[in-house]
Amino acid sequence: MELPVLEALNAERAARRACVLVTEMDGGRQRLVRSVDVAADPLATELAEVLRTGRSTMLSLGNAKIFLTAHVPAPRLVLTGAVHISQALAPMARIAGLDVTIIDPRTAFATSERFPDVTVLPQWPDVVLPQIGLDPFTAFAALTHDPKIDDPGLTAALAAGCFYIGALGSRRTHATRLERLAGQGISRETLSRIRAPIGLDIGAATPAEIAVSILAEIVGALRQRNVPREKAA
Amino acid sequence: MFAREDDVLEAAERWRCEGRGVALATVVETWGSAPRPVGSHLAIDEAGHFLGSVSGGCVEGAVVAEAAEVIASGAPRLMEFGVADETAWQVGLSCGGRIAVYIEKVA
Repeated sequence: MELPVLEALNAERAARRACVLVTEMDGGRQRLVRSVDVAADPLATELAEVLRTGRSTMLSLGNAKIFLTAHVPAPRLVLTGAVHISQALAPMARIAGLDVTIIDPRTAFATSERFPDVTVLPQWPDVVLPQIGLDPFTAFAALTHDPKIDDPGLTAALAAGCFYIGALGSRRTHATRLERLAGQGISRETLSRIRAPIGLDIGAATPAEIAVSILAEIVGALRQRNVPREKAA
Repeated sequence: MFAREDDVLEAAERWRCEGRGVALATVVETWGSAPRPVGSHLAIDEAGHFLGSVSGGCVEGAVVAEAAEVIASGAPRLMEFGVADETAWQVGLSCGGRIAVYIEKVA
């Protein structure tokens, strides 16, 4: 691999943009195809499939073998609510390979003492989310029970096409939430992407058990997904 | 902590920029059960330092040794490992699968 190709690849990864490295096994010729350039590539169909699944693959085209290395951003979990469930969920999610960011403007909750090794942002979601940049490779969970904090997060997550969007609260709370968000002009179809009550139905009772049910639901969304596509820039 | 693919690829770039000879190994095919998925990387420098994993430890030694030759010659190589290999007792995959690893120089 030429160093400039590796540098470009690392730059795309750092910016959380998907790309595919195309390697001709005979001779080793390579090119990097950024997600926005996939449609114009001779291997557009194959490249799109690789990005859709996130799985690298060997292609056989006649006698030629071509290896496609899928580079999709690492999955990430963004939470609103530096609450008890988050204290259990954050370390579990990190072990499962997710980067975790917690947003809560209530500074008494959002402390690094309560959340070691996790990015904690004691700010309002509508201020800080544009800086974080939610994307289709991000899972979002709203855990505060406070519409002032959760609603802007959910709205941003829906707009960004996050691969998982969950919201804590009973069916009744969620029905009220749907009314509120629909009142902001969000379609019912879009709102149906919000998973609520949050988490797999395993009868979870404690904060840690609820965290397990949420994490399991996120892994399911990640691995069984009709995978997120990046919107063309 | 596990090295993530980001760390491995960044290390390969950093090592090369420091002037070291560097090779990148990638799992390009697997058959049967395989310890690491297709696309997994191992970065190796000329001194044999490495980061990442292509097999969870079963064949890394052989890949690192081969990488030294790839760094020296500049020519990429494809290596296959499996229990059917006569060298299985040394560098085979105990899980019974087979993997192909592509090793290329970072030039």
